[in-house]
Amino acid sequence: MLNFRNTDQTPLVSLNNAGIRRNGRWLVRGVEFSISRGEIVTLIGPNGSGKSTTAKAAIGVLKPDEGWVEKLPGLKVGYVPQKLSIDWTLPLTVERLMTLTGPLKGREVEEALHSTGIAHLARAEVQHLSGGEFQRALLARAIARKPDLLVLDEPVQGVDFSGEIALYDLIKTIRNRTGCGILLISHDLHVVMAETDTVICLNGHVCCRGTPQVVSQSPEYLKLFGSRAAKSLAVYSHDHDHTHLPDGRVLHTDGSITAHCHPDDGHHHGDQAHGEHDHGSHEHGPDCGCGYKSRLQGYDTKESGRV
Amino acid sequence: MFDDFFTRALIAGIGLAITVGPLGCFVIWRRMAYFGDTMAHSALLGVALSLLLDLNLMLSVFIVAAAVSLLLLLLQKRGALSTDALLGILSHSALSIGLVMVAFMTWVRIDLVGFLFGDILAVSEADIDLVWGGGILVLAAIVYLWRPLLASTVNPELAEAEGLQPERARLYFMLLMALVIAIAMKIVGILLITSLLIIPAATARRFATSPEIMAVLSSVIGALAVTGGLFGSLHFDTPSGPSIVVAAMGLFVLSLLPFGRNKQAETAIHSTHGGHH
Repeated sequence: MLNFRNTDQTPLVSLNNAGIRRNGRWLVRGVEFSISRGEIVTLIGPNGSGKSTTAKAAIGVLKPDEGWVEKLPGLKVGYVPQKLSIDWTLPLTVERLMTLTGPLKGREVEEALHSTGIAHLARAEVQHLSGGEFQRALLARAIARKPDLLVLDEPVQGVDFSGEIALYDLIKTIRNRTGCGILLISHDLHVVMAETDTVICLNGHVCCRGTPQVVSQSPEYLKLFGSRAAKSLAVYSHDHDHTHLPDGRVLHTDGSITAHCHPDDGHHHGDQAHGEHDHGSHEHGPDCGCGYKSRLQGYDTKESGRV
Repeated sequence: MFDDFFTRALIAGIGLAITVGPLGCFVIWRRMAYFGDTMAHSALLGVALSLLLDLNLMLSVFIVAAAVSLLLLLLQKRGALSTDALLGILSHSALSIGLVMVAFMTWVRIDLVGFLFGDILAVSEADIDLVWGGGILVLAAIVYLWRPLLASTVNPELAEAEGLQPERARLYFMLLMALVIAIAMKIVGILLITSLLIIPAATARRFATSPEIMAVLSSVIGALAVTGGLFGSLHFDTPSGPSIVVAAMGLFVLSLLPFGRNKQAETAIHSTHGGHH
């Protein structure tokens, strides 16, 4: 059900038990997922949880120290890195930025700039753009080359809230129009795209994953942003069923401590014994403040429970 | 007309300036000014080696400069020290080892000032062939490597993700630098190579609206500096190498003056002063 779009397709890229190690420390470990054509996968997680590292492993910038990454031969990637600073001494207009890694037709550049809403900035130097405009320029650059796989590391940083919704809408449109796969990294734990097929929560490993489901709509949101915005927005909460201790061991809510975080060890409340209780009676805490009620599935459960 | 030696100096100097223009742009875009310095300093070790092993001077300088840049790449991968510190170590070590080696070779006397400041007025016909031949080779390589070099200057991970090879481009770039330094050493001398790399490129920035225009302008400004410097040295009877650098500096100062400044340059200055980015 989750991947109905791509059951008969080879994934564009797949990570198999991938781990990246630096200076004797695992930045991320045991990552397993794949992205197929037309699929949107969102990585969420706190700072330092290995989101960017995982994305870099997926596109081949980092080689996994454990496990392996399979890429479709000749895969064309469009990448928006998390951080990009361009030295002031480099004269670079938005237009020139578009063809940084490969030639494009003038029409393709125009289209991409138009769709990200910065057509009027084509001749502006990138150093003079605001943070939000620069993000749009980077996104335009990535989509202009019509990639098979679009990797967006926090593409909406510095973009104001309504702009954020517009960009998420655009990302959805790109997927629907071109059928490319999208790996999206969201810095915001609470807001991910409703169109996401799979959300993967990372914290040094895969904590949980599943489809996001919007259950109800908050009157406050509708009032603030209108029903269209509400449709584009999905707010998810998920209660961690385990805590990471400073020494790397994992404390579970049932009080037990394990060396690693295994979804099938019985300590997680998504397993058979606790599944009913969890999915049936979960209520949103007041910290959401949003009125959206939904949750991520447990890593190992097959159906998401509606709240 | 001018004497033959002056014409030869002019032809060789202009050829060199055109060659280093685009390289100088990458040096300042990548904040590698100190790297150029290091390679130039290591050239003295190349001089010492050529005397010791009776090698061709240019070949030996190229080998040493290339070896130093490869060593830097290796040390950078270890990641223990910052690039700045590594460059400081490599630069002064190579220079000092060169001087110590020369001291051991009691049977040779070298004209240190000649190597430091070059002797463009002593350029031969064969030197001109080398400068222009090497220059055309370097420029052709830069044109060929332009996209991966520029993309990895902006962001190496982006370049790699999108199928370019930033590591390879960087390696070739360092080899090209080594080649240019080997060629330039005789003409402007060790200490003045980096100024010819950096000053024309910095001057070009103000007038450039794209990386490509900046590279071309940098070559043109370098050629102007060589011409101005040589005529200046003829007129005032000053040493030719330093005169070229003084001329380059003069052009840079001119570029700072507010005349004819377009609106774009104005906003650029404002935004840097405003701490933007």
